[in-house]
Amino acid sequence: MEAGQISPGLEPKASGRGGFSRALAERPITAMIVRRSLLGLLTIVMIAIIVYAATTVIPGDAATAILGNTATPGRVEKLRAELGLDEPVLTRFWNWATDAIQLDFGNSLSGGVAQTQVGQTAESTPVTALVGERIGNSVVLVAAAAIISTILGLITGVYAAYRRDGFFDTVGSVISLVASALPEFVVAIFCVLLFATSVFTWFPAISVLAPGASILSEPEKLVLPVLALVIVVTPYMFRMTRGAMIEALDSDYVEFARMKGASTTQIAFRHALPNALPPIIQVVGLNLLFLAGGIVLVEAIFTFPGIGLLLVEAINGRDVPTIQYIVILLAVFYVALNIVTDVLVLLVTPRRRYPR
Amino acid sequence: MEAGTITQADRPAPRQGPALGGRVRRVVGDALGTWRGKVGLALTLIVAAIAFIGPFVGPSSLALEGAPFEAPGGAAGTLGGDALGRDVLARVLDGGWRILLIAGAATILAIIFGTAAGVVSAYRGGKVDSLIMRSVDVLLGIPQLVFVLMLLSVIGAKTWLVILSVGLSQAPQVARVLRAAAQDVSERDYVKAVAAWGVPPRTVIRRHVVPSLISPLMVESALRLSFSIILVAGLAFLGLGTQPPTADWGLMINENRVGIAANPWGVLAPSILLAALAVGTNMFSDAVARANLAGGRTGDPSLDLFVTASADPKDAQPLEEVPK
Repeated sequence: MEAGQISPGLEPKASGRGGFSRALAERPITAMIVRRSLLGLLTIVMIAIIVYAATTVIPGDAATAILGNTATPGRVEKLRAELGLDEPVLTRFWNWATDAIQLDFGNSLSGGVAQTQVGQTAESTPVTALVGERIGNSVVLVAAAAIISTILGLITGVYAAYRRDGFFDTVGSVISLVASALPEFVVAIFCVLLFATSVFTWFPAISVLAPGASILSEPEKLVLPVLALVIVVTPYMFRMTRGAMIEALDSDYVEFARMKGASTTQIAFRHALPNALPPIIQVVGLNLLFLAGGIVLVEAIFTFPGIGLLLVEAINGRDVPTIQYIVILLAVFYVALNIVTDVLVLLVTPRRRYPR
Repeated sequence: MEAGTITQADRPAPRQGPALGGRVRRVVGDALGTWRGKVGLALTLIVAAIAFIGPFVGPSSLALEGAPFEAPGGAAGTLGGDALGRDVLARVLDGGWRILLIAGAATILAIIFGTAAGVVSAYRGGKVDSLIMRSVDVLLGIPQLVFVLMLLSVIGAKTWLVILSVGLSQAPQVARVLRAAAQDVSERDYVKAVAAWGVPPRTVIRRHVVPSLISPLMVESALRLSFSIILVAGLAFLGLGTQPPTADWGLMINENRVGIAANPWGVLAPSILLAALAVGTNMFSDAVARANLAGGRTGDPSLDLFVTASADPKDAQPLEEVPK
């Protein structure tokens, strides 16, 4: 009844702001998605400028850096022309950016330079093709680690919260404290020592594949990289689930459900868990962000054919276009994931949708 | 995030000198009263002692003593030989101090940059605030390790560049935390009174705002140091930190993993030390964060978790603060 009385009063004020913004004000989630997407786009543009500046402008002369100090002036000149380094910085950036928008990030230098050195014609692969060949493997790795750690963290976290200060809770908390602090490459090394070389020899120590092959064709090579990532990432999930569940279990509505005679499982999954969801979603988002960066070291340890290893190879080979493309790709993933996480949190917490 | 603000909300306006030292002593004392704090500090000190005393006791870390990946106890020494037949024990003893020094320098850099950006942002507000915080958002849009790798990619692995880029990569997070804390301090009466007196903003920030931020600064320093150590060791592992033939724990893991079956100690010894160091610094920073939080009202337990899970503070922000 009250709502009906208020809305006509608000009507003239709202219509004064124009149709579009009124429509947005009435749909806070859509408004937020639009606002965050525009901001995200701006962020990506800024990141592209930083990436371009850091990889091409600052060092002065990329050609000398790529070929080394021993290169003959002729070869440096040739590469400079090939890279377009004889043009002014802004022109170069403009050309690069307009190409990049059309998903043309140039050709990989690693193949090209190697061939010019032996005096053959430069024939190099587009960066996008090079990455496209590998990105599927990285997606599989990240997805597998994320799914397993989320399920594992949820189950152990809910259980630890239920048996608070019990044996499982205490041991779990200590293990999670230690595991979350370990660097991922140290965890990976311990996994190799334990399961591949020294104690057991169950899984291959490295995950080398034939070029272009998918990791799914040899799933046993996926086990240790996924295990290493799961060990590093699950503790956050465990701690956050446990904390959020404890808070929810202490609340009045759970107390009421208990008095009403609801069963333990019903209380845990019907009453407490939905209210503990927002921080849990945020941790899943955070973990995915961490995994996007964490794959670099883990892929390097296992020689896993993904984009993380490609990035390391590109850096060692001074392959600037590949570096630029992978960094921007990861940044887009970061920005998009942040938006998705925030929208999901908003969806599960109705009270936050409307500003007070 | 709000960790520091909560503590300070209940405290009287700080005076220079003794009050400052007292607060530091109280938080560190409280942290050391917990088993986390004790174990963390003990682990850190043990590894640091090995790293800094090691170079003076061990034999040469560069001399070729025995056969590659020789088993422990042979000509190459107690822990066997590495990829080139050098003494693994000597290299382990010599391989830690650089990581600690580089990580320490990078942390100082991150704290200086981050505090400057965060405090100026909070105190000035308005356009300066939006400009600084938007830049922070942009920098946080690239994975930390990837950001550092990118900065190192073209110039190469120079020590100064490693320090600079690790410091730069950590500064945005520090800026976020310190801005939240400084926002609260800037609102206090004593700060407003000094500003109304006509004291220039720079002096107000330096003399009156920053000293009040000592608790969040401590928490951040400990946390950033533990992240810096991992990052610096990771860079060395990827071949973008300390260069061969110098001994370095991260680099050793990379050099010796080919021979992991023949002599696992070449990989195991530096891994154990790095793990102990990472766990030790992380536990200690965790204890400091909890002690700091417990000093004030322990409000929202999820906030407590956000601090101690060392999660990215920006995700703890309420959605209402989403930028327009």
